[in-house]
Amino acid sequence: MKVTLFIPCFVDALFPRVGISMVQILERLGHRVECPEEIACCGQPAFNSGYWDESRAVAGNVLQRLKDAEAVVVASGSCGAMLKVFYPELFGKTAQAEDAKALSSRTWEFSDFLVSRLGVTDLGARFPAKVTFHDGCHGLRELGIKKSPRALLSKVRDLELIEMQDAETCCGFGGTFAAKFSAISTAMGDVKCASAAETNAEYIVSNDSSCLMHVQGLLSRQGRPMKTIHLAEVLASQ
Amino acid sequence: MKTFAEQFLDQARTVTRDLRHRGLIQTALRKYEVQRDRRKGAFQSWPDARQAAAETKWDAINHLDAYLDEFAQKLAARGTKVHWATTAPQARDIILGIVREKKARSIIKSKAMTAEEIHLNDALEKAGYEVVESDLGEFIVQLRHEAPYHIVFPAMHLTRDEISDLFQRELGSAPTREPEELTMIARRALRKKYITADIGITGANFAVAETGMISITENEGNARLTAALPKTMITLVGIEKVLPRLEDLALFLPMLATAGAGQSITCYNSQYGGPRQPGEADGPDEYHVVLLDNRRTELLADAEQRDALHCIRCGACLNVCPIFRNVGGHTYGTTYSGPIGSVITPHLRGLQEWKHLSSASSLCGACTETCPVKIDLHHHLLHNRRNSATAQPSELERLAYRLFAFIVNRPALYQFAKEVARLTQPLHNLVKGTRLDPARAWTQTRELAPVAEESFKEWWRNRL
Repeated sequence: MKVTLFIPCFVDALFPRVGISMVQILERLGHRVECPEEIACCGQPAFNSGYWDESRAVAGNVLQRLKDAEAVVVASGSCGAMLKVFYPELFGKTAQAEDAKALSSRTWEFSDFLVSRLGVTDLGARFPAKVTFHDGCHGLRELGIKKSPRALLSKVRDLELIEMQDAETCCGFGGTFAAKFSAISTAMGDVKCASAAETNAEYIVSNDSSCLMHVQGLLSRQGRPMKTIHLAEVLASQ
Repeated sequence: MKTFAEQFLDQARTVTRDLRHRGLIQTALRKYEVQRDRRKGAFQSWPDARQAAAETKWDAINHLDAYLDEFAQKLAARGTKVHWATTAPQARDIILGIVREKKARSIIKSKAMTAEEIHLNDALEKAGYEVVESDLGEFIVQLRHEAPYHIVFPAMHLTRDEISDLFQRELGSAPTREPEELTMIARRALRKKYITADIGITGANFAVAETGMISITENEGNARLTAALPKTMITLVGIEKVLPRLEDLALFLPMLATAGAGQSITCYNSQYGGPRQPGEADGPDEYHVVLLDNRRTELLADAEQRDALHCIRCGACLNVCPIFRNVGGHTYGTTYSGPIGSVITPHLRGLQEWKHLSSASSLCGACTETCPVKIDLHHHLLHNRRNSATAQPSELERLAYRLFAFIVNRPALYQFAKEVARLTQPLHNLVKGTRLDPARAWTQTRELAPVAEESFKEWWRNRL
């Protein structure tokens, strides 16, 4: 299958290993991967801030470029939700309404694509560590993804998954919220880190780099030994 | 004078740093979640119950005119005086008018968020009347001259020791750490008030159109006494509280108790439909119902967010909200806090003054997931953000997003921006966390992820 990989801007610039891992995994499974040069952002920052015209300026480009894609796999639950759930609303009363709906039906979050679309859970990965999994809110509640990442982790050799209390509680990132309401965002992140630390896991794994960027930022500043890693990197480990 | 947004930010900064507060609220609400989940298990299907409740409220709200008429007519037929209040001042005037006419001196009140909404106690006290809150939590916050912390648990931010200290100071009681003893102290103080009160004021959890009765849910029996003992009873109820049929209570009473407090059903569920009828042994001589609009009809006119009127004020969305859990109830500065408060306050009190509450959310959606009547809460926060930015955009923010769109839609420019970020990173390290740092809002508490030596797209281009 031809898979169009959507690498969001922050994954591209800050977490390239996440995208590279996805390419490796998909190619190992025998799929043809393409990454359109012309798209960099889904338009969510402007959308969430209420600037829908400005969001459409970015999202319209994405719609246009992904018109002929067979399957679009997004390297973030949050950006995935933007394409799948919010584009139809954002373009609801425009000439591109049908395009938005069509793209929505062809869009997948990475872990869910592997499990629900390709029917794969065992990728032959090995990751000798204790980990805990953080459910990114957009993947969890907008896309309803809960089981897929765990199904994939369960097949990783030498990996022990210890669920934390409140795995489904928001880490406090929330895009521009993290900067506009820094104190609240930080407090939420502290609560998340404390829940994760109770498991004594070495890694917090998630399918969303945006949550991990925030959580890792807190862990590093506080000098805590726990590390964060994206699910795709775990799955690409041999 | 600070704006509401500035007050919110100040208060949020203080409360989020208060680790004692954080521990207290997290512990209390984790216990609630355990109880709630246990009670949800008693429903044949909680998702189906939510769907049924949402459909019933949809019917009620979308035919509000007809159901309200039916409700009012049935009430009036039993001799209840029904009053329609468009605004908060009107509602206050109606109630003050009744109190004056009755030459009342003291008033006993059971829990009513609508009374908080119209600042009824202030108005009554300023006019020279004594008002006593009879709900234990409300009684406690009233003694502290404080607004309720939470719409269902008004005093959840206080420990037993703090309540004991308060009672010692205000009521002259002996110190105790026993909840039963604290309750008895309040009870002794309150019993006298029930007997001497001329007027009882209540809220309502539901207004049943079919029977013309209000339904009150409580755990302490204080609302029953408030309704039964004084000669005159007044109920202040928001117009959105209507349910079409009596049998709807069979779903809504257990649902409210489950979602609100993790109870299968609250201890007392009573219905009131009029003054004492001939041959009846008890009840007030006179019964007034004040139906409060106070801009609810503006929400009704907004087809996109009309479902916010489905709210049964269970407080479930507050309980699961990580923002509420960290900033606490008082930080909002509103009668209705948490997600539902952030959705409706801009409608009830002005979009531009209260839009910050809609921005103060990570949009995690825990509220929408838990809401028993399926209000699309976190998406309405997005709608409020869109509506406020459309009506009154921040020119700077709009320009930033336009510039951002211009860059990310042009691969060469986007590549250039990444290179600039990479090159200026060492410079940024020099000012990181200081006042000169443009990313200060982030770097005060968090490290910034470094820009990669080779971005994904560069890697991709290099391998082709």
